[in-house]
Amino acid sequence: MHAEQTRGAGAAVRLTNVARRWGSVAALDGVSLTVEAGSFCVLLGPSGCGKTTCLRIVAGLETASSGTVEIGGRDVTNLPPAARGVAMVFQSYALFPHLNVAENIVFGLKARSVPPADRKRRLDRAVEILGIGHLLARRPGQLSGGQQQRVALGRAIVAEAPVCLMDEPLSNLDAQLRADMRREILALQRRLGITMLYVTHDQTEAMGMADQVVLLRDGHIEQDAPPADVYATPATAFAASFIGTPPMNLIKLPESGAIAGTVLGPPGGGRLTGIRPEALRLMETGGETGISAIVSHAEYLGADTVVACHLADGQSLLARLPGRAGLPDGAAVTFAFDHADLHLFDAATGRRLVTPA
Amino acid sequence: MRKESLQAWLLLLPALVLLVAFTHWPAATTIIDSFYTTPKGSRPPRFVGIENYADLMTDPVFWTALRNNAIYAVWTIPASVILALVMALAVNTAMPGRALVRMAYFTPTMLPMIAVANIWLFFYTPDYGLFDHILSWFGGGRHNWLGDRATALPAMIAVAVWKEAGFFMIFYLAALQAMPPDLKECAALEGSSRWNFFRRVTIPLLMPTTLFVLVNAVINAFRLVDHVVVMTRGGPDNATTLLLYYIYEAGFRFWDQALAATLTVVLLGLLGLLAWLQFGVLGKRVHYR
Repeated sequence: MHAEQTRGAGAAVRLTNVARRWGSVAALDGVSLTVEAGSFCVLLGPSGCGKTTCLRIVAGLETASSGTVEIGGRDVTNLPPAARGVAMVFQSYALFPHLNVAENIVFGLKARSVPPADRKRRLDRAVEILGIGHLLARRPGQLSGGQQQRVALGRAIVAEAPVCLMDEPLSNLDAQLRADMRREILALQRRLGITMLYVTHDQTEAMGMADQVVLLRDGHIEQDAPPADVYATPATAFAASFIGTPPMNLIKLPESGAIAGTVLGPPGGGRLTGIRPEALRLMETGGETGISAIVSHAEYLGADTVVACHLADGQSLLARLPGRAGLPDGAAVTFAFDHADLHLFDAATGRRLVTPA
Repeated sequence: MRKESLQAWLLLLPALVLLVAFTHWPAATTIIDSFYTTPKGSRPPRFVGIENYADLMTDPVFWTALRNNAIYAVWTIPASVILALVMALAVNTAMPGRALVRMAYFTPTMLPMIAVANIWLFFYTPDYGLFDHILSWFGGGRHNWLGDRATALPAMIAVAVWKEAGFFMIFYLAALQAMPPDLKECAALEGSSRWNFFRRVTIPLLMPTTLFVLVNAVINAFRLVDHVVVMTRGGPDNATTLLLYYIYEAGFRFWDQALAATLTVVLLGLLGLLAWLQFGVLGKRVHYR
């Protein structure tokens, strides 16, 4: 970290009951959330969940049908995008194809009539942070995807806005570059101390970068919590099935609450029990408190093996076992687990029920 | 290998025959004819060198036609291109009846030139024509729009702008629709005014279209003949004689082959020069994606 570090330069973002409707279709339905100044918030969800709409409402590119947006304690609901103090990185990068890198980065500063000396200072700083000095005279068409991404970041940096919005900024990059940029964006956000609102459908990005994960589904918030909490105590069955690679197993419980003699939850039916694939351990066949299953396929990933199995009643179960499990298809296995690792959800509402003892 | 090249030539043959018969061969003979006298009856054409060109330089009608054509080009080209851009920007926004307006703008392009000329002939008719009719409501007198030396050429220019602008609009509209909406949103976030965005982003990104449209506008301005034939026949007193109409008259009314060939070569040279200038000057400033 450098001496010029400017922690605390961010501004809090608060959405209160924000909704966006097109006719009878609600893209966002009463979303309220608070992002602390200088924190990294990831809006996570499958496509069509309203996360991009939410971001665009904060940016002012979309107007909310109802509700208010505050940035730094100021109500910006009816302000134009330029007056909100936000910078944005678009999924497509939105670089001007006819301008070179330097012109692209200072485009907004010129539009705002920032004096040339100040413009140069900000450009030099962004260029130094991103290491794109050798690209300044090139046009976007002459840059690789990763370089274009940096230019888009540069444009956001020179704006020196307290809030930075990113709409799936890494989705156009290959896997290796995506991992690098993930670290770089996080380091940048920490260094500049800005508030980040970051939209993605990739839960690994959310887990790796976020201070706060806001999981959206069908226009409402499923869970708003730090990533560790979303992982450890998912608020809904959807949250459980969205986070983790592979995601949590959700097993429909019969009336008895037990499958093949193993008690997985309280009796009564209408419940789902969840267990993370990595919480399952392979044990010798014939053990007493284990989940019996038949291996349908084992996928060896190097550090671990993901074993796809099916239970006696046909439900599928994934287990993530360390190393090379070496289980042939059709093998009968029994998994040991701790009861503390079980999560219980209401099958009808998807809501989390009290953790079984 | 030889069989393949034979096949290739056979496939090229139909296009080649048509191109040579109707484009290259006539072009070559025109250039040759421009150095010979017009054959008349028993007198075969005689080689006269550049005498035809020297005669042309002293031909007052040629200079009138050239001047008329220059005025015609100087007005129709910028007027139709700017109008096309304005119309494209107008119909590129979300507004009710957008499809209808787009179609209306494009209608003049779909109409045959002769039909267009006849419609406008009615508009310009003294007394009961559209323009005189409207002017009469405001106490205006009768005008012989096409019969007056002062108004005949401007009247022709108006028809051309009306016809061309809709056609060029389609190209501008296509280019505007190909522009990613992200750019506009990004500029809005960066505090760029609409005018600044138009000047610094829209116009530069439309430059390839503008160049294409300009080249077409220039060519169209110098090859107009249909409207002149139907509406004025070059009159009054050559006030609406344009180069191509003069070529048509020389070639097919006076049967002066030498003059027609010489004029054609001059027109071709002029068009070539203009195209070269446009690509040379504008081409460097155009950003192609």
